[in-house]
Amino acid sequence: MSNVWEYFRDHQDDVLSWTWTTVWLAAVPLVVGLLLALPLGWLANRHRWSYPPLVTAAGLLYTVPSLVLFLVLPGILGTKILDTLNVAVALTVYTFALLVRTVADGLNSVEQQTLAAADAMGYTSRQRFFGVQLPLAVPVIGAGLRVAAVSNVSLISVASIIGVPQLGSLFIIGNTNSQLTPILLGLILIVALALVFDVVILGGIRLLTPWRRA
Amino acid sequence: MIRFEAVTKRYPDGTVAVDSLDLTAPSGQITVLVGPSGCGKTTSLRMINRMIEPTAGRIWLDDRDTAAVAPHELRRGIGYVIQHAGLFPHRTVVDNVATVPVLLGASRREARKKALGLLDLVGLPAHFADRYPAQLSGGQQQRVGVARALAADPPVMLMDEPFSAVDPVVRDQLQNEFLRLQGELGKTIVFVTHDIDEAIKLGDQVAVLRVGGVLAQLAPPGELLARPADSFVAGFVGRDRGYRALGFTAAGELPLRDERPVALGSVATGTDEPWALVVDADNRPLGWVVVPSGGALTVTEAALNLGGTLAPTGGSLRAALDAALSSPSGRGVVVHEDGTLAGTVTASEVLARIEAGRAAATP
Amino acid sequence: MSLLPTDNDLPGLGRATIWLNDPQNWWGESGLLARIREHLLYTLIAVALAALIAVPLGLLVGHTGRGAGLVGAIAGGIRAVPSLGLVVLLVVWISPHIHTIDEIPGLIRRGGLPYLVPVLIVLVALAIPPLLTSTYAGVQAVDPVVRDAAKGMGMTGAQVVRKVEIPIALPLMLSGLRSATLQVLATATVAAFVPFLGGLGRFIKDGTGRLFDLQYGYPAMVGAGIVVAVLAVVVDGLLYLVQRLAVSPGLRPQGRKK
Repeated sequence: MSNVWEYFRDHQDDVLSWTWTTVWLAAVPLVVGLLLALPLGWLANRHRWSYPPLVTAAGLLYTVPSLVLFLVLPGILGTKILDTLNVAVALTVYTFALLVRTVADGLNSVEQQTLAAADAMGYTSRQRFFGVQLPLAVPVIGAGLRVAAVSNVSLISVASIIGVPQLGSLFIIGNTNSQLTPILLGLILIVALALVFDVVILGGIRLLTPWRRA
Repeated sequence: MIRFEAVTKRYPDGTVAVDSLDLTAPSGQITVLVGPSGCGKTTSLRMINRMIEPTAGRIWLDDRDTAAVAPHELRRGIGYVIQHAGLFPHRTVVDNVATVPVLLGASRREARKKALGLLDLVGLPAHFADRYPAQLSGGQQQRVGVARALAADPPVMLMDEPFSAVDPVVRDQLQNEFLRLQGELGKTIVFVTHDIDEAIKLGDQVAVLRVGGVLAQLAPPGELLARPADSFVAGFVGRDRGYRALGFTAAGELPLRDERPVALGSVATGTDEPWALVVDADNRPLGWVVVPSGGALTVTEAALNLGGTLAPTGGSLRAALDAALSSPSGRGVVVHEDGTLAGTVTASEVLARIEAGRAAATP
Repeated sequence: MSLLPTDNDLPGLGRATIWLNDPQNWWGESGLLARIREHLLYTLIAVALAALIAVPLGLLVGHTGRGAGLVGAIAGGIRAVPSLGLVVLLVVWISPHIHTIDEIPGLIRRGGLPYLVPVLIVLVALAIPPLLTSTYAGVQAVDPVVRDAAKGMGMTGAQVVRKVEIPIALPLMLSGLRSATLQVLATATVAAFVPFLGGLGRFIKDGTGRLFDLQYGYPAMVGAGIVVAVLAVVVDGLLYLVQRLAVSPGLRPQGRKK
């Protein structure tokens, strides 16, 4: 264990820079993916017939393995392979694909009776969506967001195969030099990071749903 | 016969669900356990087939101690019908019914054949056999549940609020069919319900339980209504006791008066009696019409007043009284078994009969 | 073929189609077909092993209702660990202790076993969470009334699991299987990071050093990537069919007929 700490101190700058890269590579896609998924999830919920095709299409997107996406995107976007933008876009695609279904399911989980009551009280459909349906869907959507966050954090490390510098690079170093220490450091930091994201999102959910704590 | 011998159920947190219950459910009869929430009726029922194990006491099935047999073997010899039926959603109706025979070793073909016969017995048409439970209504599912319980021809049946989850009209039908079935099969049945009316209607004897699993009274329904053991039972049995008790007394020979009915579609002439009974071609009562005195009226279906109920000859005093009270003309319609008109009777005549009966019974 | 002005000098995506159309790239010991076979084999073995562990555990926890918290913790914990890191860790740590044996034809070349074992461990670990949670959830979702009826009819515990809980839980279990298979299929590409291992990831790993080579570089990487994606879609579709066929028609949501 002390080895790991020493290693960290010796390579502090690199490791911290990689950590920072990993953090924003995980966070930005989460936010952007969610924002993109909301309208489509709303669509799938509002018009039931669109649910199967949308969810299936999203599912198909999700099946494309991460490495493949990291590879193909430079061809489409014209960026260099090593560009972190690639990884960010790829992760956004995944988060989006996962969350479309989650958002739709979350909105579906709100009871019809509650929505009917809102209508009867005179809410417009917009007020009903933002004031009633979306808040009540937070638990389900939040749960999906947690899964996406944790998956994203570990997916990022895969990008080290194609050479993108982030925490996964520690694995490459460890492998090349047959050293256990950098690998352990990488594992510890990534798992810790995943945990932090999980806790933060969980906290966010709790904050947004005070009625569940009552 | 099922016998409870000082049966107690105490939970680890101290609650006593059933407190030293002594009870005998005679063979071939329906014993109903009834009482408010928390009176231990379901717990007692479930101790018979050991879905719940008693803390103390013994339960005897004829002359066998239920504790001496392996639970799943015990249960294969007892029919178990619950609220919401609990049908297996992944099996067709016929396979659901065939479950226990197959468990006992019958071949699938034999079991299915028997199952089809049972579906007929409970009043389900044959084409339901290959449907799935999700395609059936609540009442139909309950019937399948009953058929499933009967499949291995068990001598004993346990029923836990089987008719509570359906609407009142369906419930009434199911209760009547159940009584008809029991008339044919004569099983030993223990039936749990929270509805005192259902208990009175179905039970050969009724056990009223108090909260905490104490037996308050065990008696045939007529006696329960006429002589409740204490204020709790009296309160639980509820109001209208006197009226309900009439349901248990046969009307006997009622003084029927001849009614001169008019046929549907004919022209009725007015008499000094404003109401005329309308019958169909087979002399079955259809309803009443008002014929203006001195005038004439073509009797059409639209003009019919359908307010009165029909009392069967040989039925109860309650049916006779209700027929008289509900009839718009004040004359209750009494019909033969085949539905044809027997005559009419007024409320005061029925009441006179009731009074006469009371006078005869008073020592 | 790019949306933004190209500044990466990479051979265009069109090259990948050319590469895919070249029969030379399909046949032979290190051709696409061989690699596809290896890839599928790794996936199959890993998922089968994971199912052997996860399904009984899920059934047990779901049937008895105990240990639910543990299930959630295991699933969540495993998901947080990066697969690449775990593979590398195991390779550095335990591979030196596994003594090389001869090749297993079709599976691993000579000298490859020490590298196959860590990869398989990681793939199995990856497949366990979806299988475990979906089996558990499926059994939990069985209507307690149905379970009560089954017990009341005299079924033993094992019979209730076999005849009632598994058939009713099947839709969820199979969806977990799909999820697990897809995860493993995708991650098996990463397996090629480790030497001697086959699978479609081999093309990707081998190409990183020589991006501009038209035969083994970027076009090959993309070509292999496309094949993986197509494979994933096909396998998913097949499993979906299995799901439709294996699940009792009584469990599909229906309109009521009276």
